Amino acid sequence: MEKIIDIQHLSKTFGTNEVLKDINFSVNKGEVVSIIGSSGSGKSTLLRCINLLEKPTGGKIFFKGEDILDDKHDIRAYRAKLGMVFQHFNLFNNHDVLSNCMVGQIKVLKRSKEEAREVAMKYLKVVEMEKFIHAKPHQLSGGQKQRVAIARALSMDPEVMLFDEPTSALDPEMVGEVLKVMKELAGLGLTMLVVTHEMGFAREVSDRVVFMDKGVIAEEGTPEEIFNNPKLERTREFLKRTLEQN
Amino acid sequence: MEFDIIVKTVTKYWPMFIRGAGVTLLISIIGTIIGSIIGLLIGVIRTIPMPERGFRKIILKVINTILSIYVEVFRGTPMIVQAMVIYYGSKQALDIDMTPLLAGIFIVSINTGAYMAEIVRGGIISIDKGQFEAAHAIGMSHIQTMLNVVLPQVIRNILPATGNEFVINIKDTSVLNVIAVTELFFQTKSVAGINYRYFEAFFVASVIYFVMTYTVTRILRYIERKIDGPENYILYANQMQVETPEDALMREQKYKGSI
Ligand SMILES: Nc1ncnc2c1ncn2[C@@H]1O[C@H](COP(=O)(O)OP(=O)(O)O)[C@@H](O)[C@H]1O
Ligand SMILES: [Mg+2]
Repeated sequence: MEKIIDIQHLSKTFGTNEVLKDINFSVNKGEVVSIIGSSGSGKSTLLRCINLLEKPTGGKIFFKGEDILDDKHDIRAYRAKLGMVFQHFNLFNNHDVLSNCMVGQIKVLKRSKEEAREVAMKYLKVVEMEKFIHAKPHQLSGGQKQRVAIARALSMDPEVMLFDEPTSALDPEMVGEVLKVMKELAGLGLTMLVVTHEMGFAREVSDRVVFMDKGVIAEEGTPEEIFNNPKLERTREFLKRTLEQN
Repeated sequence: MEFDIIVKTVTKYWPMFIRGAGVTLLISIIGTIIGSIIGLLIGVIRTIPMPERGFRKIILKVINTILSIYVEVFRGTPMIVQAMVIYYGSKQALDIDMTPLLAGIFIVSINTGAYMAEIVRGGIISIDKGQFEAAHAIGMSHIQTMLNVVLPQVIRNILPATGNEFVINIKDTSVLNVIAVTELFFQTKSVAGINYRYFEAFFVASVIYFVMTYTVTRILRYIERKIDGPENYILYANQMQVETPEDALMREQKYKGSI
């Protein structure tokens, strides 16, 4: 299988705080990988290192075989190939729904307005937000915002989608609509890396589950392996704690 | 009686007042616009993320230092003194002979620029970090992020402060009379010098100043409301109604009323 993202010995420190320690893992094309772990374990930092919102302190990241930490690598072109969905949506406040999904295509991918609009509409239909194209972000509910944010990322036709706890900031009744969209995307064969606290999603949708603890990948495996047969005591404890909360 | 003399002053010297008010408005408008552009440019430059090392870091540091000095100096000295230093300095030291009007526009522009730079910087800093991150995450450069995402929001947010600068400029251009710019204060002094009626002439001037600042304030407030746009938007298909805050408020009041 083709490795689309390959991470080797990745580390990240903030000051003296070692947040990521010797991370090694890879994502194959078409794979859905969920990252679980308690808060503060470094999940967001890992995602943010992958799209270089944070600069790794050490190690290597390969994207389709290319070393993206190489100084000569075009960071912006690389970022355009990764779609990022944030916990707090981060829709562009000064753009309406349609424009949120078009501006990146026009400015970064240099697509024509017509093409950008067509692509944006296609993905807004996927997330069922095509009726709200003229709404500004502040007029939408959290669930609607997150679905637009997903459409915005998809509109760049990325090769990998990164999700950082996409449902954590939502009211409980809106979690479902966002997870439904993400399940659909997984069904379409999109490569997805999802940081999530939704154990149901991780279990049903992902091909592989990664459990992070204190800056290291403690355990990884198929959902069955992680959820039914965790090898480590701390994985068991984390799952027990999380499932009790839900 | 003073009232008679005020009327006489107006009927006799109105062209001078109008010309003075015209120059005052011209300098304030151009000065505010150029000053805002300077402020935006400096704001953008001063928020460029610092490279970790290398030549670009040194250049950026030098530029930032120069810009800080500019901002501090012009905010820390009175415009009347800046006017004298720049007007006579350029004449005597640099041998540049600016007309008073040009010198006036120049001084107001760079003075406003210094204030706007800080206002813009504050505006940029107050934009949610998530806006920058989302723009960077889809591959936008710093400039693209600024132009397409951040500055439109900043400009909207600092519009009241910009309007404030404009109003201040209308009033403060009066200090330019020290370098013989023929703005309203200078013209009023001339009128008073002709008939020795200082109170009446300056009473007229104060009315004109007030009309100008009041009108500008109203216009800017109107523009602000226009930019905010209609609170409700038109749904692509009319299947669902999204409530505006006003609607919500009304519904709540109705609800309370029915109890
Ligand atoms: N920009 C930052 N500066 C300093 N420390 C940070 C920064 N971002 C994250 N951290 C620290 O890194 C650790 C991991 O954070 P994070 O990756 O957000 O964890 P998670 O997403 O798993 O909750 C935390 O201790 C956090 O305080
Ligand atoms: Mg996190």
